[in-house]
Amino acid sequence: MNAVKEINKISATNDFVIRFANVNGSGSASANNLFSQAVFRLGVPVSSKNIFPSNIQGLPTWFEVRINEQGYLGRRGGYDFVVADNGQTMAKDYQELLPGGYFFYDSSKRLPNSFSRQDVVELGVPLTEITNTHYSDPRHRQIFKNIIYVGALAYLLDMDFTVFEASINTLFAKKPKLIAPNIKALKLGFDYAEKNHTDVCQLNIHRRDLNGEQILMEGNAAAGLGAVFAGATVAGWYPITPSTSVVEAFEKYCKAYRVDQDTGQNKFAILQAEDELAAIGMVIGASWNGARAFTATSGPGVSLMSEFLGLAYFAEIPVMLMDIQRTGPSTGMPTRTQQSDLISAAYASHGDTKNVLLFPSNPKECFDMTVAGFDLAERLQTPVILMSDLDLGMNVHQCDPIEWDDSHVYDRGKVLNEQQLTDLNARWGRYLDVDSDGISYRTIPGTHPEKGAFFTRGSSHDEYAAYTEDGEVYARGMQRLLVKWDTAKTLVPTAEVLSDGADIGVIYFGTSAYSSQEALDQLRDTQAIDTMRIKAFPFGSEVDAFMADHAVVFLIEQNRDAQMKTLLVNELAIDPNKIISVLNIDGMPITAEFLVTEIQNQLDGLAGNRADKQQTSGGLL
Amino acid sequence: MSYIRPNFRHPEKERNERGYSIRNYEGALSTLCAGCGHDSISAAIIESCFDLNLEPHKIAKISGIGCSSKTPTYFLGKAHGFNSVHGRMPSVTTGANMANKDLLYLGVSGDGDTASIGMGQFAHVVRRNLNMVYIVMNNGCYGLTKGQDSATADKGSVSKAGVPSVFDSIDLCQMALQLGAGLVARCFSGDKKQLIPIIKAAIQHRGFAFIDVISPCVTFNNTPQSTKGYEWVRDHMAATGTIDFIPDRSEITLDYPAGSSRTVTLHDGSELHLQKNGADYDLSNRKAAMHQIESVKEQQKILTGLIYHNETKLDTHGKINTVDTPLNALSQDELCPGSAVLTDLNAKLR
Repeated sequence: MNAVKEINKISATNDFVIRFANVNGSGSASANNLFSQAVFRLGVPVSSKNIFPSNIQGLPTWFEVRINEQGYLGRRGGYDFVVADNGQTMAKDYQELLPGGYFFYDSSKRLPNSFSRQDVVELGVPLTEITNTHYSDPRHRQIFKNIIYVGALAYLLDMDFTVFEASINTLFAKKPKLIAPNIKALKLGFDYAEKNHTDVCQLNIHRRDLNGEQILMEGNAAAGLGAVFAGATVAGWYPITPSTSVVEAFEKYCKAYRVDQDTGQNKFAILQAEDELAAIGMVIGASWNGARAFTATSGPGVSLMSEFLGLAYFAEIPVMLMDIQRTGPSTGMPTRTQQSDLISAAYASHGDTKNVLLFPSNPKECFDMTVAGFDLAERLQTPVILMSDLDLGMNVHQCDPIEWDDSHVYDRGKVLNEQQLTDLNARWGRYLDVDSDGISYRTIPGTHPEKGAFFTRGSSHDEYAAYTEDGEVYARGMQRLLVKWDTAKTLVPTAEVLSDGADIGVIYFGTSAYSSQEALDQLRDTQAIDTMRIKAFPFGSEVDAFMADHAVVFLIEQNRDAQMKTLLVNELAIDPNKIISVLNIDGMPITAEFLVTEIQNQLDGLAGNRADKQQTSGGLL
Repeated sequence: MSYIRPNFRHPEKERNERGYSIRNYEGALSTLCAGCGHDSISAAIIESCFDLNLEPHKIAKISGIGCSSKTPTYFLGKAHGFNSVHGRMPSVTTGANMANKDLLYLGVSGDGDTASIGMGQFAHVVRRNLNMVYIVMNNGCYGLTKGQDSATADKGSVSKAGVPSVFDSIDLCQMALQLGAGLVARCFSGDKKQLIPIIKAAIQHRGFAFIDVISPCVTFNNTPQSTKGYEWVRDHMAATGTIDFIPDRSEITLDYPAGSSRTVTLHDGSELHLQKNGADYDLSNRKAAMHQIESVKEQQKILTGLIYHNETKLDTHGKINTVDTPLNALSQDELCPGSAVLTDLNAKLR
């Protein structure tokens, strides 16, 4: 046992990181969520990351909670407090704790002698003993053990206990029998800690009022909800982590809002397909037939869907696809995050193809961009892919509330109805570019007895959808698709640019936004930096301008091969040497600490080079 | 091209109850080889739809890739068609059907498209009992890539390449039966009298209707030793019976000898009369149907005709309980919950 007095304890209020180490399948997730939700309800900004294995029961899982009243919600790196509830990883969890940090463990069994750090505070609570004393049902013992440590944390971190009581009351409003035993468990932990670790911990979570109207939501739930609001009626899908909860959320919200009150019948059709090929096939069939349809998948699914995406691109059928990216290649790390499907999604399928990509950075944007995605897919008659990731999709994020403008009318694109077909004087051609925007008028099967029928095909076709092997006609069609691509540039969400005339620019997108903003706040202390958050592919003119306006551009990505850089260099006439990639590929959400170190090193190098009057060279990483 | 269509027809000739002439059901000229069995099937589809007074634009014809999948261009020119990707007709049709339950879905596929690359999708569209007609134009070979054996080529069957197939074949009717299809039939493209009533019955059937049509490939698989050639099939057909389709409200009565005929009534009141020959079995008994296919096969023959019919199961829409209005006809008001629900929803997320 170490001597507590000598330790230089970490002391902080509303600014630290706590890591829960658990065994998956043990019910710890509910307890940990109860904790992070309590932080949020105390008005203190909070973010949590569930670091889980590709397994159902028995393997290690971690839950990291960052409490930060400045509002930084990215992963910080480093742990100030560890709740060690997993024997398998306890030694590692102990070692990884920051000096001056707090090690909370089940003291029913004493710590092995090897746990001999002199720079950490050990906080033992005999969780097993307490549960065994107060609960007899084995399942209860397991569940309440988790709640007991949450109760102990409430004391140790000086949290307002009434917040927990209120949460339990709401959580079990429909199962009131569970309220009392849960509160009892919380109190057992609280009381033990109060009695045995009085005033030991110098980390506090104190009530603030910083969260305003914000909500806690998973990106996948927001995307599923977005599909309901966007009027999607058909979902074909195949289960794959980390996308599964998108369709689960869609179903949940459909059951809430889309069941006919009189008949009990559903205004939606969800089919679990036999594979991803069938899932996207269903979406294409339904979209072709005039319904809004979508599917959600991850990288391996995008690979399988590629042939069909090429069909949708070439035959010009709207597709809404959500790609919740995980760590590739192949099966990769299925429960870790990455931004590594950019190229496979952007250029999915053989031949010359390009797909519209959207990059949400938070759950509200998952909602908004899903809604926008359906409009874009129908306006452009092409696949639109929402490029979310595991971090955004499966972790609970604090974000602005979901909003809906009731005056928003779905953009169903250029679809001719029966009357319009009847009134048509000129010969209609499915692939005629009447408006010179590259987008042709389509018809839905069953609309008109005499007009508008055509044969949809993935083989080369002329302006009237007839099969052709005439190279000129084929080429004309392919060139028109590029005109449409140019139109897409004017319709997709524009990049968020923060420019103050600096020479240095930083580009980021998706979930890198959280840590990037934090890192930039630090870097800007010594260096003027402009930023741009890319929200869509193809790139609008603002992206071109940002690249032109900056001598050096750092590009932050969560993949190995700088895939966004590839897209920028491929699509824009820019000098690739001015891009310096900052890449994180460990499958964990990128941290501000990593970004500050990497970028600062590069900046120092650039300054050195300038001093030496040497030319700078890009692609240093 | 396999036939030249007359460019003049008497305007008053042959109009159906909807006032359409047969021409309204035709498509573009076929580009398949002269004598291709597939063209006979196209013609049978045209005639069936004409006879049933269907509105051509209320039909969606969907196919995969291959010679067979080209045929939707050659019939029902006023219907939307979709030549999708190889082996994926079932999923596209499933999505289309989910979007609009009111159209007739005519899926056309081949033996390569269904029994090889599309086997997974075939199996699953059957088990979901999608309301559609699924026609396989089965010639036992890959025509478009010049005659390779397909998975339905019988062991020992010899195509133009001259090498007997060494692998066991897949019997799609048996698969469809096992997977729960409500209507299963096997026909020969050269037997229009049998094919047309069965196509009509399949169209009127609610749920998944499967027709395996043996359709000889005149170019690559019509040798005397090919079990999918005209000669062999004609010599080895064992029909379940002679079939007549009687649409609902029709007053036609057929004189069947007592005790030797059977009537299958479809949900809309149409009837399929089957004058039985050979072994008798209960058409609505899946086990018996399976047994019959096997028994006939043992005699080195091919069982044709209506093999199984049972319309009692819910189709996909019934199983997932969708509203009566086609989903693609629901308005934004009916689909979007609107801002009203968000106050409560956001509150629950705090």
